[in-house]
Amino acid sequence: MSSQQRQGIPADLALASGLKTGDQGAMAELYDRYSSVVYAVALRVLGDTGAAEDVLQEVFLQLWRNPSAFDAARGNFGSWLAVVTRNRAIDSLRKRRPETDIENVVLSVAPDLAGDAERARAAEKVRGVMGAMLPAQRSALEMAYWEGMSHSEIANKTGEPLGTVKTRIRAGLIALRKAFQS
Amino acid sequence: MSEHEQYAEDLALYAMDALRGEDREKLEQHLATCASCRLGLEQLRGDSALLALSAAGPRPPQRARKRLLEAIAREPRIVAPPTGERRAWWGWLGWAATAAMLILALSLWRENFALRETLASASSTAAENARQLEELRKIAAPIIEPEAQRVTLVAAKTPPQPQGKAFYLRKRNSLLFLANNMPALPPAKAYELWLIPPTGAPIPAGVFKPDAHGSAIVVNPPLPAGAEVKAFAITVENEAGSSAPTSPVLMMGAGE
Repeated sequence: MSSQQRQGIPADLALASGLKTGDQGAMAELYDRYSSVVYAVALRVLGDTGAAEDVLQEVFLQLWRNPSAFDAARGNFGSWLAVVTRNRAIDSLRKRRPETDIENVVLSVAPDLAGDAERARAAEKVRGVMGAMLPAQRSALEMAYWEGMSHSEIANKTGEPLGTVKTRIRAGLIALRKAFQS
Repeated sequence: MSEHEQYAEDLALYAMDALRGEDREKLEQHLATCASCRLGLEQLRGDSALLALSAAGPRPPQRARKRLLEAIAREPRIVAPPTGERRAWWGWLGWAATAAMLILALSLWRENFALRETLASASSTAAENARQLEELRKIAAPIIEPEAQRVTLVAAKTPPQPQGKAFYLRKRNSLLFLANNMPALPPAKAYELWLIPPTGAPIPAGVFKPDAHGSAIVVNPPLPAGAEVKAFAITVENEAGSSAPTSPVLMMGAGE
């Protein structure tokens, strides 16, 4: 994908801008680039293909209705979309109303994850970091991230103090960040 | 900075929406005033995005693409005007959310004028907030200052009709309502705005009388927290307002 981008195929940001003028072709292109990321995240959270498909639909439709939602995010589009999808999927899993509007998801991401190849490499690296983590840290991170458990729910489930849960989760995210700083 | 250490771990949880209860409220209050923690939050969200991207799975079914593109084709479209080079700091908000933010900022400004002046001199962050509030005040002035002119445009040869526009932001309990061309009322009567929830009784959302031009504004009436809106409606009530509608609905509108 990135080599294609070097050949002048529209960058994600240009496509996202196209959404603002109602360009359905831009939406189709963004869908083709990112639907697998969105679907994979939704499926991982929900474990159900029908529910994952609904979240897929909802995320892209929300994007179409809020074409400026990505503007404030300084990360790249794929990462932003992945975070938005995970949040929506967790809300669906926990059967609660969304607490954060998609316009409020602002993130900054250091690694370049613009293309399929970069994303695949990053995914490998993340799986490596997670595999090398202490089990208690990995499971705290996964419970928070993929199951949407709150810190007190994790503490109750693991029997560990709240402070320990908080420390583990922060340390886990920092470990991921460090793996991409070289 | 040591005063931020206490928030460092909470930020990581908040980035993943895993912080709940009192800790969450305290952090959100802190975030409203701390740019460096907001930046830290963005970075942690970015880190959590790496987790999201590690999800591997099958591709979505082909029908999902068709379903999306058909849904999009059915959506009403408002084409955004071309944006200028320089984005206003609030530019990423929708117009309705911007109007509601104006109201919140104005009520904060009005109620906290003295405090704002003190804070503005205390730190550059607060000074920036004050400057932004001042900008918002300037924007809001033609909406709510009494001497502002209000004009409703309609298609040529059409007499102006009574019209109301409501802007509601549930999570901030913020309501702005603008009315135009409302017929004058007999003395001791007023219009009352109602918030119609999906279930349950209509909720009183402010009483207003049109001025000589038929215009009126309702700004931030007291509302129950987190009220969900299905529609807004207007009835005629006694001047003091009523807790339940006592006359037929004159005007009504559902969300756009």
